[in-house]
Amino acid sequence: MRAFARFYGAHPLHLLTMGFAFALVGYVVHVAGIQTFWNRDVWWQSIGVWFVGAVLVHDLLLFPLYALADRSLKTGLIAVRGRVPQLQASISPLNYIRVPALGTALTFALFFPGIIGQGEVTFTAATGLTQDPYLGRWLALTACLFGVSALIYAARLSLLRRRT
Amino acid sequence: MTTRARARSARFRSPLRGPWFTSILGAVLLVGLPIVTVTGLLSYIAYGPQFGQAMPADVGWLRLPQFDWPTDPAWLYRLTQGLHVGLGLVLIPIVLAKLWSVIPKLFSTPPVRSPAQALERLTLIALVGGILFEIVTGILNIQYDYIFGFSFYTAHYWGAWVFIAGFVSHACLKTPLMIRTLRGRSLMQVLQEKQFEQESGTSDLIADDPSEPTISRRGALALVGGGALFVGILTVGQTTGGFLRNAALLLPRGRSYGDGPNDFQVNRTAVAAQISEKDTGADWTLDLTGGSTPTILSREELLRMPQHTAVLPIACVEGWSTTQTWTGVRLRDLASLAGVANLVSAQVTSIEENGPFRQGELQSNQVLHPDSLLALKVNGVDLSADHGYPARIIVPALPGVRNTKWVRSIEFRRV
Repeated sequence: MRAFARFYGAHPLHLLTMGFAFALVGYVVHVAGIQTFWNRDVWWQSIGVWFVGAVLVHDLLLFPLYALADRSLKTGLIAVRGRVPQLQASISPLNYIRVPALGTALTFALFFPGIIGQGEVTFTAATGLTQDPYLGRWLALTACLFGVSALIYAARLSLLRRRT
Repeated sequence: MTTRARARSARFRSPLRGPWFTSILGAVLLVGLPIVTVTGLLSYIAYGPQFGQAMPADVGWLRLPQFDWPTDPAWLYRLTQGLHVGLGLVLIPIVLAKLWSVIPKLFSTPPVRSPAQALERLTLIALVGGILFEIVTGILNIQYDYIFGFSFYTAHYWGAWVFIAGFVSHACLKTPLMIRTLRGRSLMQVLQEKQFEQESGTSDLIADDPSEPTISRRGALALVGGGALFVGILTVGQTTGGFLRNAALLLPRGRSYGDGPNDFQVNRTAVAAQISEKDTGADWTLDLTGGSTPTILSREELLRMPQHTAVLPIACVEGWSTTQTWTGVRLRDLASLAGVANLVSAQVTSIEENGPFRQGELQSNQVLHPDSLLALKVNGVDLSADHGYPARIIVPALPGVRNTKWVRSIEFRRV
């Protein structure tokens, strides 16, 4: 038992759990048939490609992009502070930019088909409506998010100034 | 510390990351994701797999035990599917935060330290790939964006089972650690005080060289929770209807069609289904078969039969629903008229020739329920073309798309 744990690197129950997971995935592939996951005519419209693609796009594209955006915002704010000392803010604006930016990104990620007008034909066939309003609505929502954040930031700054 | 390990810690420097932060998000998902999963599997049953009309048709043992989908309460599918889609969307910010919290592990070096870890990393593909794949296909489907090209039903169903494999094994392995970690720090205290200091311990989630904190622990939780709440506000109205529907700003089912009796959400227009006025005009008749002789009824004859009115929701697989007042002939009256007793099921066929839902089979409880109708009117007026004129099926708790529109014939099947 101890020798097993030393070689394997975990409790035997761990191996049993792994066995369960692989067997279940194997059974899924067996019942569905491997051809279900692969489209021979248009490779990128395969279930398998989208499954792996979802991980790759999140881990190697989206995560680095938003991490980079956040780091740029942070260093950008520091640079502005250094260059324009009279703008020296007693409360960092960082989170007042982060929060509405995240809200904007999140709503775009969830609702982009309507916003960019992708799938218009099936949308109209299903609903009898067009996708026209969504871009405007999303922009208005974004404006509200940034606007409200700006108001709260301004209110906090003025409160602080009055106190000091 | 090796150079490589130092390179890693320099890359991931947030002082917020740590086992407690990951565990609290994990705890929320441990409760929420099973609800989303089970309601999804229930939807498969609601479609009627015993008639071969759930997709994918052949799933081996990969389904809940068979039972006849109930007709009571009438809001059952509205609830289960509203939860499936609504909660699924609400959990997205939490899933993303959870992935953010553990991302240093993806790049940890050396990538594999033991056979156990190698296997576990492979199952994480099922877990992470599964959840992301389900999110992406689900999001696209509720907005009618079929850019992926494959069958949504097939993909979402098999994706779910791969996810279940990843999720169950991950939960088995990590729940004890999660509980231990959560016991180490009081959530109440996190919410009451502004905690900025890093978590302590040996976890590789904790940055060796942390950057300046920019948000407190409770601030981060508020951000993630606020994101979930924000998505909830933008979503819930498509299921509840009423005033809240206006808040579903960005969803296809947040829109108003007007104030008229037929101005409610359409699923598949008459134009899309290629229903012509010739098919639905004065010559239209309903064929009832399954009895000793076929019965043919005109719309006038149907209107002369006893009419029943029922307030029923129509709830779609995409999570939206709307409640309307339907009037028409009870399906069980039509079955008696056709001379069919000991009914086991009824097959309804539409005028529509091409759609995947042009035909559907109803269980006996769905035919015999007193509120199950061949509806001729809605809210006191004739159905509009988009809502299925001259006649449509409306059955309590039946998935929306299975309430066949533009009905041509009903075949009652007996024992």
